[in-house]
Amino acid sequence: MKKVIDGNEAAAAAAKLARVKVISAYPITPQTTVVEKLADYVANGDIDAEFIKVESEHSALSACVGAAATGVRTFTATSSQGLMLMSEILFATSGLRLPIVMTNANRSLSAPLSIWCDQQDSVAVRDSGWIQLYCENNQEILDTTIQAFRASEELLLPVMVCYDGYILSHTVEPVDIPRQEEVDEFLPPYKLPNPLDPEKPVTIGPVGVPEYYTEFRYMLQNDMRNSKNKLVEVEGEFANRFGRSYGLIERYHSDDAEVVLLTMGSLSSSAKDVVDSYRKRGVSVGLVKVKSYRPFPNEEIVGALRNAMAVAVLEKDISLGYAGGLFLDTAASFVNSEHTPLMLNFICGLAGRDVSSLQIRQAVHAAAKAAESGEVKRTVNWLGLRENYRGG
Amino acid sequence: MKLKPGATITEPGSSEKYETGSWRTFKPIVVAEKCTGCGLCWLFCPEPAIFEGKPVKIDLRYCKGCGICSNECPVKAIIMVEEGRK
Repeated sequence: MKKVIDGNEAAAAAAKLARVKVISAYPITPQTTVVEKLADYVANGDIDAEFIKVESEHSALSACVGAAATGVRTFTATSSQGLMLMSEILFATSGLRLPIVMTNANRSLSAPLSIWCDQQDSVAVRDSGWIQLYCENNQEILDTTIQAFRASEELLLPVMVCYDGYILSHTVEPVDIPRQEEVDEFLPPYKLPNPLDPEKPVTIGPVGVPEYYTEFRYMLQNDMRNSKNKLVEVEGEFANRFGRSYGLIERYHSDDAEVVLLTMGSLSSSAKDVVDSYRKRGVSVGLVKVKSYRPFPNEEIVGALRNAMAVAVLEKDISLGYAGGLFLDTAASFVNSEHTPLMLNFICGLAGRDVSSLQIRQAVHAAAKAAESGEVKRTVNWLGLRENYRGG
Repeated sequence: MKLKPGATITEPGSSEKYETGSWRTFKPIVVAEKCTGCGLCWLFCPEPAIFEGKPVKIDLRYCKGCGICSNECPVKAIIMVEEGRK
C-alpha cells in the first residue's frame, strides 16, 4: 500500500513492521516525530512494545542495551547532539555484540548551534563498530530499516540507518508500505545466543584484560568487514520479496565515466540530476552513491572507479584538521591498487545550506579540469563558501 | 578457550578462577590474640577474601590489599604489612 509520508514516519513504520519489543528514545530535532509516532503506536496498542521513557540519549541507548541483552528486538532513534551523548554507549553496544537498530536523522553539530542537516554527527562516530547505512529517499529509509533488523540480528552487530534531517525527515514522498505478513516472513523472531536469563546466568560485559581484549577487537573488526556479504545477502532476499534493492554502492552511469561524483544520502538525487544533464549533452560524467559507509565498500568503490580519470567526493562533513571523512576513506581505498584516479574533495551542504546544481557543476568542472591537465589544483574545496572567506 | 562474541561468559561463578591476589601491595595480617570474631571485617571486605571465625581467616588468593578490614576492625586486630617485608 502506498502512503505519502515523511522520512521520520517511514522509520517509525519500519520499526512497527519489525514488531520491536522495546523502544527507548529521547526526542530531538529533527528526529522528534519518530519518537512521537512510536509513542502513539504503543499507546494505541498498535504494537506490543514497551516504550521506556528516559532523561537523555545516553540513558536511551543504555536502556536499549539492557533490553537487547535479554534477547528482545530493540529500537532507538536520534540526531546530532543526541548521537554525541550516546557515543560512549555506541562503542559498548558493538563491543557487547548487541543487535540494536537505530535511525539517525542527520543534523549538524554545535557550535554554532544548528538544527539543520549535515552528516557530521554519524560520520563522527564511524569508528564505533556500528554498521552505517545512508538513505537517499523515504522508501529507502523504510526498506533499509526493515533489512537492518535482519542483518543486525544475524551478524550480532548494531546498525545505524542514517537519513538527512528535514530534507528527508520532514519531506513527504509516496512510500510503498509492505503488508505485515510479508515483513513477518522476511523478519522472523530471533534468538540471541546467550541472553540475560535468571534461569541460566551469564556474565555480560566483563573486564577485558590485556590478555584477551585484542582478540575481541579482532573478532569485531573481522565480523564488521565480513558483514558486507551479509548485507548483500539480506538485501537479495528483500529484493526477491519486495522488488527493491540499493546495493552497498550504487553505480549511476559510472562504469565508463571519466569524471565521477561520489555522494552519500539525499545529495545523491540532486547529483544524479546533474549527471543526467551532462549525459544528455554527451559528456562522460557518472556518479557512485555510497550507501554503506561502515563497513566501507572499498573494493566495490575501486571497482566502480576503475575507468575514472578524476573523482569528486561531495560530502556534508569534515574531519577537522584534514579533509572530509568520505574523501579520506575513498582515497585510502586506492592504497596498493593499480589505477588511482585524481581525487578532489568538496565540502558542501553544511547545516542545511542548499547544495545547488550549480555547485555540483562547479565540482564536476574542477574534476574535469583535473582529468584534462592531470593535475589537481586544490584537493579540499568548499562549495558555496561566502566570497570574502575564500583564502589561498 | 573459545572466546564468545561480546565477551559473554556463560559459566556462572567463573570469576573464582581469576585470582586477584597478585594486585596487592599491602598484606593484611590477623593478630589472633586480639581478634574477637565480631565479623565486621568479613562484612566490609569487598571481595570474598575473609572467612568468619575466631580468629578470622584471610584468603590471600583474592585479597587485593585494600585495607578496609584493617581500617574497620574495632580492636585493631588486622595490620597491613607491605608485601616482601617481614
